[in-house]
Amino acid sequence: MLRRLRSPWSERRAELTLGAVALSVGAVVVAMLVFVAVHAWPILEHNGISWLGGAGNLEAQIATMQATGRGAPASAYKLDAWPFIYGTLLTAAAAVVLALFVSVLSSIFIVELAPSRVRRIAIPVIRVLASVPSVIYGLIGVLVLVPFVGNHLITGAQKASVQNVVELTGAGLLVAVVILTVMITPIMVALICEAFVSVPNSWREGAIALGLNPLRAMLSVTVRAARPAIVAAVVLATARALGEAVMISMVSGSRTFVPKPIDGAIFVFEPLRTLASAIIDFHEGIGAPALSSTLYALALVLLFSAAVLSVAGYLIKLPLRRYQVRG
Amino acid sequence: MSALAPERTLGQPWQTGPGRRSSPIGWRWGDRLALAGAWVAGIGLCVIAAAIVLYMGYRGIEYLRPQLIFSRPAVGTSQSETGGFLDPILGTALLTLIGIVLAVPLAVSSALWICEYGRPSWLARIVESSIEIVAGTPDIVIALFGLAIFQLRLFAPFSFTASGGGVFGRSFIAAGAMMSLIALPPLFATTRDGLQAVPTHMREAAFALGKTRIATIRRVLLPSVRSNIATGVTLGVSRIIGDTAIVVLLLGESLRLESQGSAPVAGLLRGTGSTLTSYVYDNSPAGEGAAPQKAYAAAFVLLALVLCLNLLVDRIGRSQAHATGLRTPAAIL
Repeated sequence: MLRRLRSPWSERRAELTLGAVALSVGAVVVAMLVFVAVHAWPILEHNGISWLGGAGNLEAQIATMQATGRGAPASAYKLDAWPFIYGTLLTAAAAVVLALFVSVLSSIFIVELAPSRVRRIAIPVIRVLASVPSVIYGLIGVLVLVPFVGNHLITGAQKASVQNVVELTGAGLLVAVVILTVMITPIMVALICEAFVSVPNSWREGAIALGLNPLRAMLSVTVRAARPAIVAAVVLATARALGEAVMISMVSGSRTFVPKPIDGAIFVFEPLRTLASAIIDFHEGIGAPALSSTLYALALVLLFSAAVLSVAGYLIKLPLRRYQVRG
Repeated sequence: MSALAPERTLGQPWQTGPGRRSSPIGWRWGDRLALAGAWVAGIGLCVIAAAIVLYMGYRGIEYLRPQLIFSRPAVGTSQSETGGFLDPILGTALLTLIGIVLAVPLAVSSALWICEYGRPSWLARIVESSIEIVAGTPDIVIALFGLAIFQLRLFAPFSFTASGGGVFGRSFIAAGAMMSLIALPPLFATTRDGLQAVPTHMREAAFALGKTRIATIRRVLLPSVRSNIATGVTLGVSRIIGDTAIVVLLLGESLRLESQGSAPVAGLLRGTGSTLTSYVYDNSPAGEGAAPQKAYAAAFVLLALVLCLNLLVDRIGRSQAHATGLRTPAAIL
């Protein structure tokens, strides 16, 4: 066997072997879609498309699924997953919007404003931020930020006002969004910085020569020219934010609750669950067929949105390749 | 305004200040605000990163004891009885090894095929976009997918079968196979970028010497992208080390490395275990353990590993830039 591998390969055999291995990646993606969809099928079959809605009481439905176990009756398959979807959209959208501002501003800082000595430190330091594992973010969140928010930011009156509905411990929307922003900002900074650097210097110099101050030139020429890269960064960061499971599960209070903007200031402290964190929270009950199918249905939503975002990112990056920017 | 125009003499900046650059004092308020915002955002990010590293370092030094690293975890009622995290460290190492061993051939041959052959082109585009999709898929979805696959009867030998006949579907092989999907995209991307950066005349010179395409790949291309593959492996390792969701769902989360069956190596691979990430997760208030000191200590070890890998990526990148005389574009990640 080894001798045959060592001996010179014929051209055709090499191409076929390499091609087959490469195609197996495509096969894995197809298998992923098929397997997740097949396992999610009982829920889809029972609820139709209405399982994306929010008519029923999700917490009670999941409790029923856990309680009925193996021989789950058809009624246990009722699912209204809107609270999870809402939680996902809320955290991801808030974090991406925040991260967009932070990352564009800090990219301007890195590319244009920072003295070269600061820049040489800032780039690896921000890279560190990108490589910290999510469980460490979660640990810092649950042991440092959550107690801080619970003890200092939420007043006793606020806790008392909703004590019959939900317990405010500090774990909730605010902490989740703040940490998620910190997690996705470095990814966006990396892409945006690369695009800023690749914009020809003469464009900006021309704008300065026309009388703009350097910052205005940066904003109106460089940022504008790098718009496709900024959109690509937003797409990538959204994909990351949607799928973050462990950190959110640790800091968001793990309660099936829908934060309502009507509640005023308390809104940002209310606990929630996202699609991904629900999978982590309930994975121990995966032996129950109804719950298992539910988790796969949640995964199907995530997979679908990830695929859409990937394709969108690919399409956005196509014009960028012409400028030799690799994403 | 036109009446004022002649008063601006040529060669003199019409804004205040003698310097080459205009001073922010004379700017519009919006611009000044944006300038302040940029400084705050840039410095703020660095401060956050430094704060995380310093805080974890402080906690780690406070709680990390050598016997924590060298003792095995145990079941106990008090913190002093539950042992250390030797097994999670070994689990991390084993899982990383499996994941990388599976991912490297997959990623490198995909990159080779796409860059050097890539016919028909629509098929190459499909492969490339499926790697994009894998890159964008959340790890939790990959974990559920792995559970679905390894619970098939076909894959029963890779985990253990319960007495009722159900396949458990959780083992080092199952988790490692899914980890290879996590490591695949960065490995593929670095290899592809390296191949694209090899100048065409090197290939042409090899062809002119009568080498076939595959011989060119083996003798010319692979040696010249070795450092790219090394970067990719390092990135892949740091992603595998940092991943929690796959471990929680697919490694069974047993406290110690539990072998299945009597075969020495195969039993370990079929068995369950835990890694540093799942140890941190289980010992945090979010898991059941609620032993924050041990979670901090394990997280410190984890962060130190990741930072070392970061440095390694830097090193490889710099030596590569030194060797080829090429500066890599402002690559941050």
